[in-house]
Amino acid sequence: MRKTRGILITAMTWVLVLMFFFPIGWMVFTSLKSEGDAALIPPRFIADLSFDQYAIVFERGMGAYLLNSLTASVGSTILVLLLAIPAAYGLSIRPIKKVKDVLFFFISTRFLPAAASILPVFFILKSVGALDNITAMTFLYAAMNLPIAVWMMRSFFNEVPLEIVEAAQIDGANLRTELVRVVLPILLPGIAAVALICFIFSWNEYFLATLLTTFQARTTPPFLASFVDGRGQFLAVLSAAATIAVLPVIIAGWAAQKQLVRGLAMGAVK
Amino acid sequence: MLVKKRALAVGAGLIISAVALSGCSGAGTSSKNVTLTLATVNNPQMKDMEELKGTFEKDNPGIKVNFVQMEEGDLRAAVTADVASGAGQYDVVTVGAYEVPQWGAQGWLKDLTPSLKDDKAYDVDDILPPVRTALSVDGKQYAVPFYGESSILMYNKEMFAAAGLTMPNEPTWQEVAGFAKKLNTAETAGICLRGKPGWGDLFAPLTTVVQTFGGTWYDENWDAQVDSPEFTEAVNFYVDLLKDAGEKDPVSNSFTECLNQLSAGKVAMWYDASVAASILEDPTSSKVAGKMGYVHAPVNKTEESGWLWSWNLAVPATSKNADAATTFVKWATSKKYQRLVGETLGWTRVPPGARTSTYSIPEYKEAAAAFAPITLEVMNAVNPKQPGLNPQPWVGIQYVTIPEFQDVGNQVAQLVADAIAGRSSVEDALAKGQKIAQAAGDKQK
Amino acid sequence: MTTLTPPPTMPTAATPAATGGRPATRPRNAPQRKKARQARALVLPALIFSVVMTQIPFLTTIYFSTLQWNQLRPDEIAFNWFKNYAVVFTGPDFLPSLMSTVIITGSSVVLSLLLGLFFAILLDRKFVGQGLARTLMITPFLVMPAAAALIWKWSMLDVNVGMVNWALNTVGLPSVAWNTDLPIVTIIMLLTWQYTPFMMLILLAGLQSQSREVLEAASVDGAGPWRTFQWMTLPHLRQYIEIATLLGSIMLLQAFDPIAIMTKGTGGTKTLSYLLYERAFIGLDVGQAAAFGVVTVVVTIAVATFALRTLFKVFINGGER
Repeated sequence: MRKTRGILITAMTWVLVLMFFFPIGWMVFTSLKSEGDAALIPPRFIADLSFDQYAIVFERGMGAYLLNSLTASVGSTILVLLLAIPAAYGLSIRPIKKVKDVLFFFISTRFLPAAASILPVFFILKSVGALDNITAMTFLYAAMNLPIAVWMMRSFFNEVPLEIVEAAQIDGANLRTELVRVVLPILLPGIAAVALICFIFSWNEYFLATLLTTFQARTTPPFLASFVDGRGQFLAVLSAAATIAVLPVIIAGWAAQKQLVRGLAMGAVK
Repeated sequence: MLVKKRALAVGAGLIISAVALSGCSGAGTSSKNVTLTLATVNNPQMKDMEELKGTFEKDNPGIKVNFVQMEEGDLRAAVTADVASGAGQYDVVTVGAYEVPQWGAQGWLKDLTPSLKDDKAYDVDDILPPVRTALSVDGKQYAVPFYGESSILMYNKEMFAAAGLTMPNEPTWQEVAGFAKKLNTAETAGICLRGKPGWGDLFAPLTTVVQTFGGTWYDENWDAQVDSPEFTEAVNFYVDLLKDAGEKDPVSNSFTECLNQLSAGKVAMWYDASVAASILEDPTSSKVAGKMGYVHAPVNKTEESGWLWSWNLAVPATSKNADAATTFVKWATSKKYQRLVGETLGWTRVPPGARTSTYSIPEYKEAAAAFAPITLEVMNAVNPKQPGLNPQPWVGIQYVTIPEFQDVGNQVAQLVADAIAGRSSVEDALAKGQKIAQAAGDKQK
Repeated sequence: MTTLTPPPTMPTAATPAATGGRPATRPRNAPQRKKARQARALVLPALIFSVVMTQIPFLTTIYFSTLQWNQLRPDEIAFNWFKNYAVVFTGPDFLPSLMSTVIITGSSVVLSLLLGLFFAILLDRKFVGQGLARTLMITPFLVMPAAAALIWKWSMLDVNVGMVNWALNTVGLPSVAWNTDLPIVTIIMLLTWQYTPFMMLILLAGLQSQSREVLEAASVDGAGPWRTFQWMTLPHLRQYIEIATLLGSIMLLQAFDPIAIMTKGTGGTKTLSYLLYERAFIGLDVGQAAAFGVVTVVVTIAVATFALRTLFKVFINGGER
């Protein structure tokens, strides 16, 4: 009886997950069709499949854009983690006055819509000669993601049982050992989630990249958008480009979700 | 933790290599070698240009061209910010006919007149006169057309034959509405018209309808005419036609959406840009190739009602490589380039609507027989100085060449879209639109 | 992006009683002071980075908001002090846009949170292909928003080729003209689809951090799964739910691509972020866009302060754990 129910829940889970995934699956399917078939009415489930659209994408040199995206996303994620982990730790475990003010400040930096701040940023970067510069983009993305990371990390830190920290302190662990040896391993699922979210936001950021980069530092999303044809069919080739662009993130997602699971296995510290 | 450390090392390595890479490319730009950065819209003709840039680079050793392709709205945002602030990131920009005279008058674009006039082989007088008019201010030409278009009525000949209808060469809107209602069935729409809010989407065809119904955006004193009886009649006509015999979900639809429905044989008629014809006649993507007919834009009170648009290449005044940029701009709009496209990519892909001589190339005439003559005919017939019944204080057909127009056009288009969806009446929408348009008009006085 | 000065005053933070928790109420002896110093040293780098990267642009935005500045009229740039703000408050755009923002953000946050919680619970169970199911489930959040919006517009919701309408027709229902007739529903649907994985990710991390022993002890004690969920899991998840709601709201507040690609701001979908984009890049009015931006920030601070004070345990007990 219990087993049947388990199977039923599993089946339901899969059905729902696949429904949610369907648009992405359909995108991958579309990327293997020809433009004519992709725009066909009514939609067809059987079509001649080929990798022609992928060839078109790579002919236009997607590699350089992917490298730029990787630099900005990995760079900014590392920078965010380096800044956010100590900050969240300080705000959570160590006593500090005005914790709320600091937390509120971080989150408030996300309140200004991009469309309002982008022209000021454009003029600032122009005046320091940092337009079309991947380092500038890395820093901007780090600033964009830092508040999210601080808030998320802090709530994960709040979960660390006090006794563990205090036990470490009795052992005579100094601040860094305390953080690295004792606290971080407990937080691995949290760090994985934060890193993944920061990576995704940087990887997919479109608006800043379109206006602040031209060629040298151009990232993947604006390149992707250039497949949207202003005067013709583009669904298949866009799907191919989007599929390629999403692969690194899926790999990152896969890796991060393994870390998420690993948190479970660390029963020892609980 | 090992995983994290490795990730860190990989990340650091990537950053170092990226810095090294950018350092290399920076060092490569010596005085002799020039790298041009070109911003362009992502239309098929521009993609062909990118494909063929190798020929230019081979003929002009030392000049390299980097293409940055963008969606139309992004291109406008990025290029306007760059050019208006003098950031000088682009050496060649693709500018619409709407912006060229405005930017030219600001001194943001290099005056190309001298270098075009002196070049006999380039033959500047070959450029279609109405297009050239739209790109010049006080006799100075600030851009050259890469391709141009007008608007025509396209119809499915099979459907017309099946229903026993004949399309005249110069139809009126009343006739078209009659046909549309007869041909509208549960399966196929009578006509596809743009309903996507935007000054360049919905209001491109709708402005021409307004003009042929005797309306206009502004009178000679820059007083807005959006709530005038003529403007209202035209918009009511357009909205009713969409309701009675138009495509489903019109607010989603602009050029590409209608193109897909036409290609699939789901619509009987379509009033839109003339460049659509070359895509509808391509059998690899269109089910209706060879079954389509092309006639003049429908009219009501005027003789001719097609619009006029061109995508043009220009050199920003801030470009540090203005000479090399001018060389490229001329190459891409030359007669030689058109032959190059025809011979390497196929004759239907030659950029249309820019040069008169295009229409006398025998191979092009043969390949584009279905739509080339009508395109040339309409483009030469339209009058951008006075497209409507009354004189207007600007040059341009489906747009008004003032900085505020894209904003006015967009907002009024959103209001009209609400009327198309039945959320408001046309009269209410245009009453609000009148205020928005008048505020912009007052700034011109 | 970014920006803003700290809220003018945070009265509760200053009073020890409200700050609660161990640090402030304890006697300040030498080790405590050392700890506080260490804590400041830990927070400072992030704080300085954030101030430099976000407050310079924000101050620039405030400065721009006092200018008359159309990008295409560069020779007419001049101070006009508060005229742009007068346009914001007396013009017809601001209030309807605020309403749209509240409706679209609010519904998307609530729906994606509920769905996210549901999926987090389902995917926390051990079952065949758990890892794969989780990865598939995250994908809607991985796709670039602009690409996702285009794929929905063309492949899913298109009235002729879209799979959603095809599915409706298959079961005998008529096609829906999504963008024309149901613009708000369309946008909320797409945003919910995209943000459910985000909510799920945070809640899943929360579920994972729940102590197994306690749960097992509860089930040995004979508590049913629903009671265990209600009395153990839900309280444990509370602060994750709060964080997910807070971060989700802030990001959904900025949602732009689906509106730009699908409804173009018609039918009550002109949110503040889309309105701002129109002012800056279609109206080309730098000053007005900046003023709308500053007002948006102020309104968001007001709403966020209120929400955090009344609803969010994680913030009310700010200094405490």
